[in-house]
Amino acid sequence: MRYLTLKRLISYLITCLLLITLSCANRIPNEALQLSKESLKNRQLQTRYFDTDERTLLSASAALLQDLGFNINESETKLGVIVCSKKRSAKSVGQIVGSVLLALFTGVYTPVDKEQLIRASLVTKPLYKDDHETSKCRTAVRITFQRIVVNTEGQITRRECINDPKIYQEFFDKLSQSLFLEANEI
Amino acid sequence: MSKQVFLTSAIVMFAMMLFSCAPSTNQVLATKESQVKLRAIQSRVFDTTDKEKMLRTVIATLQDLGFVVDKADAILGTVSATKLDRYALRMTVSVRPRGQSQLIVRANAQYNIYPVEDPKPYQQFFDALSKAMFLTAHQVD
Repeated sequence: MRYLTLKRLISYLITCLLLITLSCANRIPNEALQLSKESLKNRQLQTRYFDTDERTLLSASAALLQDLGFNINESETKLGVIVCSKKRSAKSVGQIVGSVLLALFTGVYTPVDKEQLIRASLVTKPLYKDDHETSKCRTAVRITFQRIVVNTEGQITRRECINDPKIYQEFFDKLSQSLFLEANEI
Repeated sequence: MSKQVFLTSAIVMFAMMLFSCAPSTNQVLATKESQVKLRAIQSRVFDTTDKEKMLRTVIATLQDLGFVVDKADAILGTVSATKLDRYALRMTVSVRPRGQSQLIVRANAQYNIYPVEDPKPYQQFFDALSKAMFLTAHQVD
């Protein structure tokens, strides 16, 4: 009898603990809105300067985003904002092979990543304006990518910023090409 | 003794059933804090009238904090953005004129499926914003 109550007490305690941990999940992490050393590093990674006016830079950027297969979701030229996204496959051979092998040996099916939504926002900022000559203007452009990966069960498996320097380097290389094409009206 | 335990557990279960019966539409207009308190937590006043510069700085600050912009409107003066870092943090910031010489900036955030009603994250956001603006953020009085 006594043993039983103790057991029940423990199960109550476990339920309470579970409830507490669950209620913690709705707390925003402390560092979510805190500027960090990473913020500065990411800013440098995601920003480039071009000797052109804001309008030209925005239109060259929109053209490049289309080249890269993005769809424009939203734009506000007055604030220098372009928001775009694309949906692509997220399948990786390694993951599929792993899942098949696991299924063969254990009989348990593990879902694999299926598709991803890649989102980006591109923001321009005029640093120096010259109304007469566009080549004297100077404008900063910053792009940030993020993605949401969904698996074959329809569950979200990843929600993250993309901070790979190579991706940003390649994007800005292409942007300078796009600006060149734009300047030469190709 | 065991009867007592049984009774309490029955009551607990009954209460849980009652809670789960409440319609989830009550979330539509639900807030934990009072309207006045929420406004105080989520708003700051800046001594400038340059709305466009403020909006551009809000966007830059959000980008610094790892957000991707979802929407921006210069006339309405609103910016919405999302940060993904295992969690999803969505934020809307609005900028409106206040009197002849000030702007009022209001931010509200949603963490996954929960509203953010703590003062601290907003304080951190406004600290970052005022640093970028080179201006002090005043509490609304």
